[in-house]
Order: sequence, then C-alpha cells, then structure tokens
Amino acid sequence: MARQAGKSDLLFSGSDWDFTKLSRTYDAIEAIAVEELHLDTYPVQMEIISSQQMLDAYSSVGMPLMYHHWSFGKHFLYQDLLYRKGGRGLAYELVINSNPCIVYLMEENTMALQALVTAHAALGHNHFFKNNHLFKQWTDAGAILSYLDFAKSYIARCEERHGLATVEAVLDSTHALMEQGVFRYRRPPKLSSERQREGLRERLEYEERSYNDLWRTLPPSQQRVKDKAQDPEWKKSLNLPEENLLYFLEKNSPILDPWQREIIRIVRVIAQYFYPQRQTQVMNEGCATFVHYTLMNMLFDRGRISEGAMLEILRNHSNVIFQPAFDDPRFSGINPYALGLDMMQDIQRISTEPTAEDRDWFPNIAGRGNWREVLLDAWAEHRDESFIRQYLSPALIRKWRFFVLGDAADQPHFQVASIHNERGYEKIRAALAHSYDVGANRPDIQVVDVDLLGDRHLRLQHKVNHGILLEDASRDATLRHIRRLWGYEVSLAAVDAETGLTIHERSTSQIAE
Amino acid sequence: MPIFIDRRLNPKDKSLGNRQRFVRRAREELKRSIRDQIRIGRIADVDAEHAVPMPERGTGEPAFNNARNGGRRQHILPGNRHFSPGDLIPKPGQGVGAGASSPGNTASEDDFRFVLSREEVLDLFFEDLELPDMVKLNLKEILAFKPRRAGFAATGSPTNINVGRTMRNSHGRRIALRRPKQEELDAILEEIAMLELVPSSAAAHQRIAALRQELDRLERRRRRIAFVDPVDIRFNRFDPQPVPNANAVMFCLMDVSGSMGEREKDLAKRFFVLLHLFLKRRYDRIEIVFIRHTHEAQEVDEETFFNCTQSGGTIVSTALEEMHRIIRQRYPPSEWNIYAAQASDGDNSVTDSERCIALLDGKLMRLCQYFAYVEIIDKREAHIFGTTENGTSLWRAYSAIDLKWSNFQMSRIATPADIYPVFRQLFGKQPAVLKRA
Repeated sequence: MARQAGKSDLLFSGSDWDFTKLSRTYDAIEAIAVEELHLDTYPVQMEIISSQQMLDAYSSVGMPLMYHHWSFGKHFLYQDLLYRKGGRGLAYELVINSNPCIVYLMEENTMALQALVTAHAALGHNHFFKNNHLFKQWTDAGAILSYLDFAKSYIARCEERHGLATVEAVLDSTHALMEQGVFRYRRPPKLSSERQREGLRERLEYEERSYNDLWRTLPPSQQRVKDKAQDPEWKKSLNLPEENLLYFLEKNSPILDPWQREIIRIVRVIAQYFYPQRQTQVMNEGCATFVHYTLMNMLFDRGRISEGAMLEILRNHSNVIFQPAFDDPRFSGINPYALGLDMMQDIQRISTEPTAEDRDWFPNIAGRGNWREVLLDAWAEHRDESFIRQYLSPALIRKWRFFVLGDAADQPHFQVASIHNERGYEKIRAALAHSYDVGANRPDIQVVDVDLLGDRHLRLQHKVNHGILLEDASRDATLRHIRRLWGYEVSLAAVDAETGLTIHERSTSQIAE
Repeated sequence: MPIFIDRRLNPKDKSLGNRQRFVRRAREELKRSIRDQIRIGRIADVDAEHAVPMPERGTGEPAFNNARNGGRRQHILPGNRHFSPGDLIPKPGQGVGAGASSPGNTASEDDFRFVLSREEVLDLFFEDLELPDMVKLNLKEILAFKPRRAGFAATGSPTNINVGRTMRNSHGRRIALRRPKQEELDAILEEIAMLELVPSSAAAHQRIAALRQELDRLERRRRRIAFVDPVDIRFNRFDPQPVPNANAVMFCLMDVSGSMGEREKDLAKRFFVLLHLFLKRRYDRIEIVFIRHTHEAQEVDEETFFNCTQSGGTIVSTALEEMHRIIRQRYPPSEWNIYAAQASDGDNSVTDSERCIALLDGKLMRLCQYFAYVEIIDKREAHIFGTTENGTSLWRAYSAIDLKWSNFQMSRIATPADIYPVFRQLFGKQPAVLKRA
C-alpha cells in the first residue's frame, strides 16, 4: 500500500461518492496514517446514514442502541427544530468508542468531506479511543454495544412487566443523578459478560418463583439487630463517604426492587462510559483535527487529492477551528478543536524549530525532532487538564492572547488577574488547566452518613469550593428525585471546603413533594 | 479495508417511541395549549398540525448545578487587546459577565415550539369529549380514494399491462417495419428442403445458396425487430378518485347577546368544531357560514363570530330568517348538503319561539340534512334540567320540532362530555338514510 501511495493518481474526483471510492480512500489514508503518524486503531465499521437518522442518533446520546425515554424525545424535537430552521447544521460524522469502531457518515456529504471525516473520525478519534489511558481503563470498548443491547431489551421488558409509568419514574430520578453516578477515582468493575447477566437474571427469577410470604411473618431476631447496630464493621462496609450516589442507592436503598436496582446500574454504567469523553474533549478533538489536517495535507502533497477537493476540505477545516475573541458576539467559550489543534501543532513546532524560550520551557522536547513520539505519548497518557498543564507554551498563550479575569461576587468589577506576559504565563496555564478539570469544576457531592436502623435519614454533603453554591431550584428538584429512590428523608449540607463550616442545610422535609 | 454498512434504508423514526412518551408525559399541558389554540383559531384549522410551546412542567430534567453567580471564580478568555493586570472592568448588569460564563444552554432547550401532528392534535382535542373509539378512528381517517380506470399509460406496474393494447401496437409496428413473418421463413425452408431432395446440379446449388442467404437475412431482421418491443407496451391507467362526495355547507348560528359568556362560547365552539370534523370526513368541500344574532341577525366572519359580543335582546327567528335568505341566495339545496348547528342559552321571547317553529317546520327543515341545537346551561342547572322536558321557551318550542322531524337533534350541554351525544344520530346513520324530507 505504501508503495502505491507514491504514485501520483487521484483517489477520487468529483463530489459524488460511492463505496469503492470510500474504501480506496480509507485504505490510502490508513496506510499513510500508520506509516507517517504511527497510529494504532481499532478495526473500522463505517455506516452510511441519512440526516434523519443522524438526528435520531443525536437524541439518544449518540449511541446506536438506546433504551426509550421521553427525554430523548424532547431532545429530538429540539434538534429537529434547529436543523429544520437551518439554525444548526448536523455533524458530518459521529464516532462511537467501540470495538470495531463505528463511524457514521452522512449521505449528504461530498466525497471530499467523506475523506476528511474518514481521517478525522475513523483514524483520529479511533486512535485516541484505543490508546488513551482513560478510555483504556474506564471504558470497555468491546462490550459496550452488547451491553446497550442488553440494557435496551431489559428496560423494554421492565416496561412490559411493571408498566411504563413506574419504569419512567425510576429512569427520571436516575437521570437526574447521572453526573453523580460515576467513580471518579476508584476504577469501575468490568462490564459483566452476557453469561453472568443471564445467571443473575435466572437467580432473580428463581427467587421470585420460590417466594413464600410466610417468611415475612417470622419475628426478627432481636439479638441480631442489636448486634448489627453496635457493630461498627457494618457501617464500615458501606464505605462512606461515597462519591457515586447512584452506586450507593443501587446497593443500599431500602425500598428498591431488584429490577429497579438493575435500571440504576444500567444508567450508572452508561454515565461511567461517557465520563472519559468529558475529561478529554480538547485532546480528543485536537487529536482528530491534527490527524485529519496532517493526513489531508500529506495526501495533497503526494498528489492524491485534487486542488478543488483540498480547497473544500480546508474550508470545512477552518470552519471547524474558528475561534472568535471574547468580545465577539459569536464567542461561546473556547473551541476545543482550535485549542487542541493549536497545542499539538505547537508541540510539532517546538520539536522541530524551537526558540530559546521553548528550550527554556520544554527542555525535554525542544529541538529533538521527535514530535511523533511526543504526541503519541501525550495522546496516550494525558487528559485535558494535565495536557494543558504540561504543554501550553508561552508562544501559544501570546498567540491566543489569553487573559484571566477574576470574578468575585462581592465586587462590582471583574479584575484582570493575568495577561500574556512573563509573569502571567504560569498563572494562565494553571488557570486554564484547572478550568478543564471536570472533578474540580462540577459540584462535589458525597454520601456522608446514613442512619440505617433509625429513621433512615440519608445525609449528603456538598463541598463548596470558592463559595460557589448550587442552584436552588434544580437542587431541590434533584433532592426530590433522590428521595424517591431512597424512600426516606434526604438532606444535603453545603460545607465550605476550606473552613469545614456548614453554610446551610436543605432537607427533603422542607421541600414540597 | 473497513466494513461498510448502508443504513439509509433502515427504518426511520427510531425515536418515535421517545416522542410518544414525551407527548404522553406533557399531555395535560399540551392539551391546554391545543385548547387555547382552538379557542382563538379557526374551526377548519383544528384538523391540521399545530405548533405548541414546550410545556414547562413535567419535562424538566434537573441535576445538581453550580449557581450562576456568587462565589469567587476565574474566567480564562482569548483575545486580549488592551488589558493589563489589575485593570478593573465593570460587570454588566445582572447575570452573565462578558459572555464569560458558560452559555445558558439549558434555558433555550426548554423554551422552543414544536409541531404536533394532526393525529396527536385530534387525540388531544377528543380527549374530554368522550367519543367512542370507533368514532375517533373514523374522524381521524383521511379521505379514502378509489382507483378508477382512466385510459392508458406508457408506464406502470407489470400487473397492469393491457394485453390488447400492447398487441395492437406491436402488430402495427411489425407491419410498418416489415418484420418477416414466420410463413415467409417456412416457405424458404420448405423450398430448400425440396431442392436438397433432388440430385444436385449447379443451378440447384446456386439456388440453395441464394435461399440460405435470404433466410439468413430474414432471420437477422426478425431478431432486430422484436415481436413485442418495450415501446408497444401499454398499461391500464388508474386515477385515484375520492369516494363520492359532494359539497356541504355548515351554518353556525349563535346567540351573542350578553348572556353568552366565555364558557358558553368555548363550549359552542367545540360543538361547531366537532360538527365540522364530522362533515369534513364525509364531504370534499365544506363551507362554513357564521350567523350571529341578538335581536337582529347578520352574517359575520369567524373572528367576529367568536370574539365580539353585542348588546341587545334576543330574537332567534331573525337568525333563522337570515339562514333561509342565504340558502336561497347562495346554496341551492339541489347542489349543497345543508347542515345547521345552533348554540344558544335558550333565552327567547315566547312569541318569537312560535315564529321559530313556523320557520323551521315550514321552510328550513325541508332544506336541511341535519339541524342540531345545543342549549348551553350552567353546570349547576344540569341535574335540574337533565331529565325534564321543561325548560326555556326556545327549548319547549324546539321539542315540538324534535318530535316531528327525525333529522332534528337537540340537547343541553353543560360540560364538553355532553357534546358528542348530539351527534350520535348523525354519525349512526349513513348519508343515504338521511334523506331529505
């Protein structure tokens, strides 16, 4: 293949695509990716879909299989509206972290776009999914599709047996806690295999069949209860404090039936599956954008893409990495595509043409010329926060003209804290890295105590960082959902992380049902 | 080499189930907004898609979120032009600062309008009318078409080939292009066979060679000119034709004197909408005439009909006279099916009620397919009037008509659920049975 790529023949001409062209283009791109960038990818499965199907995929969080829930219907209506009004174009592609890696291509794309998308998703994202340590450790690409299949049919079966409304109620409450349903530090257990799940189901069914109401009438042994209450080991087994609220409720809620626990588990597993994606947005998109930009240029240099197609590709590329300044009306935050690509190209530059400043800041990579290894290593070992902390260079800070704005609630002014100067580089880099730390920026809520033998009062704690409290209305609504899953009173104490003082406490008994 | 899967032909509407769940969940609010739209919209518009705002209650998806303001935070922004450290920038009024905080994505996602299909709208509309399921189905059904033969076409499905036509075309073409017939070939073959039987001579050989050449030529020609060519083929053409339908005109008569309040008008409107739906199912073209009356009647447009009140007494017969005048002028009963629906609170002077009887009995009932009268009464009166034949003067007067004419229907309604029984007769009978008296 590598030899063949040397010949100066075009991969395609014209804007129409067909399967032979797609296949030929993929082969050429993959060959050059392996040869030049040393990418290592899952096998690829490309699926051609229509815009309608793309909308469907959008609304079910981008997964090809998903259980039914009204909120997906709501998102669908919203996306559909935006699309029809022309307010928003659809993504050209959607890629799923699975093995084989599934890439959706839109049928409306031109051939040039399909080539771009192939390089972006089928190679860039794919490589990242397969090699980044977060994905390797925390998600199970091989098992996710069969797990979703199981989840979908399990929930459909529950709806048949227990009624739509009851299943919906559990899902509503569970969805509200999705963000608190991940293990941030502890490694989640591997997805159980189909056979294990089958065994579990059989056991449940057996228990249901052999249920005997007589057992319920036996008086509880007083001795045992007392022992338990006094036994500190028992409380210890709850493993408090627990950051994964869904896990805690699934294992310990006093009122849930086994099927409800299984549903919580399903939502928890899906939340966990998406957790690495949220931590690696800049890196993931940056990697894919860097790969497509580099590969497309290489193909063009070798005469395998025509000038017209290249122009179209570049136009789309520059749309994707467009970054307006903060005072531009189009500004809506930092574009992860742009930041990621710029940082990776910057690494390439530092490695090949370093300045004195770069040698000072990055003695390990400056001038070594091994940007491929550095990038491969960064893609494998970092998440957004650590990547920025390590590789954001002063040159890039100057290019982007970053500045840090302090915003204290009791001040009538914003204060410019740092700008792109010698004193500011470190601070800007730290602040930007911190802003990508998902763990530090989302509310930190944990189960701290539970009175299992008394009134079963569940106590949660919100660690308040920098005085940022929770939004009142959504907090109360979410607490109601926790109460629904827990069955008894739930209270949430806001505790200042630095001083350890309780700021205020909110309990479900204060909230109207 | 990647695996390719073409999913374009997979069933669409994968999220239809999600949509149904969503609509069911928001049912109460959607119903209210549909009802509001029906109240302000036109009668004929009910039977269509409607855009509705996203319901506020029941569709929120709460989660723990950081408050928008309060506390100490830092924003990292690109594009500094002239700030230096220590600069103070006044905060813009309440809320987000300099586009710094994350864009309020959730707010906009809960605040948009979406379109309900006609089916969904009708479902919501029917909900508290308590229609029998059979009736609902019938009303939702789109007008049926029947295929009718309409000449011939050059394209179509193989099952519709018209063999006669096709063969006639083929025959003509074969003649015109001089396709060699089977008989000519047979004759040559026979001659060759004969010549081969007799001992050979040079002349015979020559003759056979010439004949074979001729045979060859003819056969080639036959192959070139097909027996039946695609251009010959004709198909039967069918036109979808609506099942026999005619024009109908629907008269809406309503008392708009001060005693008709919001509630009464709302009930009356639903009554008119339902009649319109019934008629629409049966007729191709429906015109609606609105006649309002106090002590005098006039024809008005829909807007005025439902929204304006007038002061004045109540003389019902004026409306009936107006209706009669319009029928004579514009809707000859030989061409139009005439339906009338009258809504009133029953107030009328005794002398005028007699005049109404005379008008209906003498003229109008003969022209109308169906005349429905609803008297809108207070909920508290419902159980008093529910059974008795006593009532307002108009009710007593109309009772006499009701006995005499089978196509007259009258009813008292206090809630939406009372509306449907008025139509029971109309729906139960087929148009043929509803003959003009």
